[in-house]
Formats: sequence, structure tokens, C-alpha cells
Amino acid sequence: MESADNAFITAFHLIVSMDPVLTGIVLLSLQVSLSAVLIATLIGLPLGAAVALWRFPGRGLLITLLNAFMGLPPVVAGLMVYLMLSRAGPLGQFGLLFTPTAMVIAQCLLVLPIIAALTRQVVEDLWKEYAEQLKSLGASRARAIPTLLWDGRISLVTTVLAGFGRASAEVGAVLIVGGNIDGVTRVMTTAIALETSRGDLPLALGLGLVLMLMVAAVNGAAFLLGESARRQAG
Amino acid sequence: MSDLRVPVGLLPLALREVGFRHGDQDLLKGITLQFGSSGKTLVMGPNGAGKSLLMRLCHGLLRPTEGSIRWHGGGRLGGQALRRRQAMVFQRPVLLRRSARANVEYPLVLQGVSRRQRRRQADAALERFGLSALAGRPARVLSGGEQQRLALARAWVMRPEILFLDEPTSALDPAATKAVEDAVLTFHEEGTRIVMSSHNLGQARRLADDVVFLCRGRLLEHSPAETFFTAPASAEAAAFLRGDLVW
Repeated sequence: MESADNAFITAFHLIVSMDPVLTGIVLLSLQVSLSAVLIATLIGLPLGAAVALWRFPGRGLLITLLNAFMGLPPVVAGLMVYLMLSRAGPLGQFGLLFTPTAMVIAQCLLVLPIIAALTRQVVEDLWKEYAEQLKSLGASRARAIPTLLWDGRISLVTTVLAGFGRASAEVGAVLIVGGNIDGVTRVMTTAIALETSRGDLPLALGLGLVLMLMVAAVNGAAFLLGESARRQAG
Repeated sequence: MSDLRVPVGLLPLALREVGFRHGDQDLLKGITLQFGSSGKTLVMGPNGAGKSLLMRLCHGLLRPTEGSIRWHGGGRLGGQALRRRQAMVFQRPVLLRRSARANVEYPLVLQGVSRRQRRRQADAALERFGLSALAGRPARVLSGGEQQRLALARAWVMRPEILFLDEPTSALDPAATKAVEDAVLTFHEEGTRIVMSSHNLGQARRLADDVVFLCRGRLLEHSPAETFFTAPASAEAAAFLRGDLVW
């Protein structure tokens, strides 16, 4: 077994030389997680805002469910999607199991409750302040949604980031529905788990470093974006 | 088509036996009064008299639990269409987290006015209220007086037939108060009906054509300003004018 020092050096080489295996895994991870977050954002922002603005029967239950699903264990999400997509499942005919699409669906299921629940909180607080003024200016509730989402943009960026953090960090869901197939559905987290157990520490370490850098970079960018928006919006 | 869209004046506004109940408390009761099509009405009374509530009911932000509020020229217009022909300036204006100009443009966005037109009208309104230099600044970092003038500029682009102001100067210093009062006169000169609440007697004397005096949710007087200030009909109003505590 190699020493940890050697593993670090090799890992560094893999990154700097843009090793094709490593690059392929990184790109697929980004593609899957970003797609999942994008879809969850497009659904979660308006959904959260709608739950914040309207009173309807079952609203309390829906809010409780959204909050509870924020802590949904990834393996359970993976299992649910697996059952849906497996050959005998209701969506089995589409043959999506063990494809990147299945992984996007599973991660979307994990991220959507986070974005929707946090958005509801942000928009509800904002609505308390804005409701009377917006009504006075002639905005309907439905028209108020884009206004509130835009005015809550600074908090909402953090919300979306929390979603991205969850998507890029989880192993369980993508492992179950993706199957960790080399070159097809192998992403950073599943590769790290596999390579570590096989003793290929350099690749695992290299991927781990890239994963951390990526999350740090995304958060840094969001922080700068938030700061400039804050300066602009006051 | 164009004939049908020529707006008929909304005013006068008539309240009949209007009441508002919250829980087992009558916050307003038996208010019958009419706002004619021009002039400046000051709504006065001690805190908790129901001044803000009365204006929110008139503006349509709340529904009365009793009685009726009728716009003479309102016809079948719904709440939103009615509100777009009125404007309200609150004690603490809620400004959007955007630039001053974007705040003034916002009601025009809601009305579907084209981008170019919006920009032109917003800039004219900002200029009118002395805010041109601040157009690009975030609205939320402006001073209290500037924020209130911005709220007035935002109301201005709506070309309201009637403008409600809920104690718009209560948090402002004398200079900013003067600017708001000037703005109110500007609206008045352009033919906008003014309904404003205040518990500042000096301000009421400067601005009022007529006075609505409320106390504990009841309408005690609605009289021309001169009559109200020189010969108030109710003991409560007399005490209020002397500066005694009234409740």
C-alpha cells in the first residue's frame, strides 16, 4: 500500500495533467448535479413562493412534508427512484435506470424540498412586509411572486447553493440509481467510495480535492454575487 | 373601444354606515361620509381612533365588516382596477430592493407600459420630486425623507385620481416634512383628490380644506377646516385642538 504522501503527489499529478478518467468523472458529476439543481430551482422557487402566498386546505401538511423531506436520506431517495424506474416499476418502460438521467431525477428529489422549503420561508417573511404595498400598487398575488423572488434574491442564492451542496455531496442516491458504471454513471462521490475501498488512494484523493475546490469555488462566486447584489439593492 | 376606455371619474366616494369589527371589538363603527371630487381632506384624531383603518378601507386594502363603500364612477370595476386609479403613501413606505428609478417604474410595469415609456415617465417623476440625482441609487439606502419623496414619485406615475397618505411625515424632520407637504400640494394642483391623516395640528392647518375627526372608531365631525379649527362641534375635538389627551 502506498503512503499517504505518495498518494497526495500522485493525486496532484492527476489533477494537473487533466487525467482523462478523472476529467470525465468530474464533468459527469457537474452535469448531473447542476442539471438537478437547475430543475429543482425552476420548480422549487415558484412552488415555495406559492405555498407562502396562498392559504389552502392541506397547506400545513405540505409545509411539514417539505420540511421533513429536507432531511430525506439519499439512499431512501435512491431507493424510491429505483423502484419507480426499475423494469417492473411504473416508469420502467423508459429504460432510465442506470443512466445519468436517473441520477438527475434522484438528486432533484433530494434538492427540491430544500429549495422549496427555504424559499417559502424567505418569501413569506418578505410578503409580511410587502403585501399591503404591492396590493396598493395594483399587483395581484400571482404577479407578486416574481417581484418577491427578485427582491429575495440574495437569500435565495444561498438557498440554491444549499441545494447544490447537497446534490454534489451525496453518494447514496446516485449509487443506487446510477450503479457507478465506469464511464457511464460514475461520478465523483461514487468513484471516491469505490477507489478508497479498492485502495486506489491517488484517484480518490484527487477527486476529493476537486470536489472540495468545486464546492468552494461555487460558494465563493455566490458570495461575491450576493455582495454586489447587496450593494446594489441596499 | 376607445370610448369605453375613457375613464369616468371615480369620485365622489361615499361611505355608508361603514364599520370594521375585529374579534369582539368595533374598531370603526357607523361611519357615513362622502369625499367629493376635489380638495384636501385631513383625517385627524388621537392614536387608535381608526384613521389608518379608515384609509385602508377606502383604498380597498381591507373590506368593511359592515356598511358599504361606493365609488360613484367605479361601476363594475374590480378591486385591482379600482386601486390602479388610486394611490396610497404609507407612514413607512415599503420600497423594493432595487434602484430608486426601478421603484418608480414598478407600478408601470404592472400596468404593462412599454420599457421606453416607463423610463421616460419615471425620470419625469423623479425630476419633479427632486430625486433625479438619486435615480440609480438603491432605494433602501436613501434617507427617510428621500424614501418618502420616492414613494410620492411612485404614486405620481400612477396618475391617481385620489391619493391617500397615512401620516406620511410622522417620522420626518421639518425639512423633509416641508418637502412632503409641497409634494402633496403638487398632487393637489394637478387635480388629485387628497385624503391624508395626521396628528400634527400645524400641518393640518396648513393643508386642510376640510377635516374628518375620528375618536374611538366613531366619526365625530366632518366640517370645513375653518369651522373645525375655530369652532369644533364636539368636546373631544375641542380638547384635541387644545392639546389635551383625548381617548
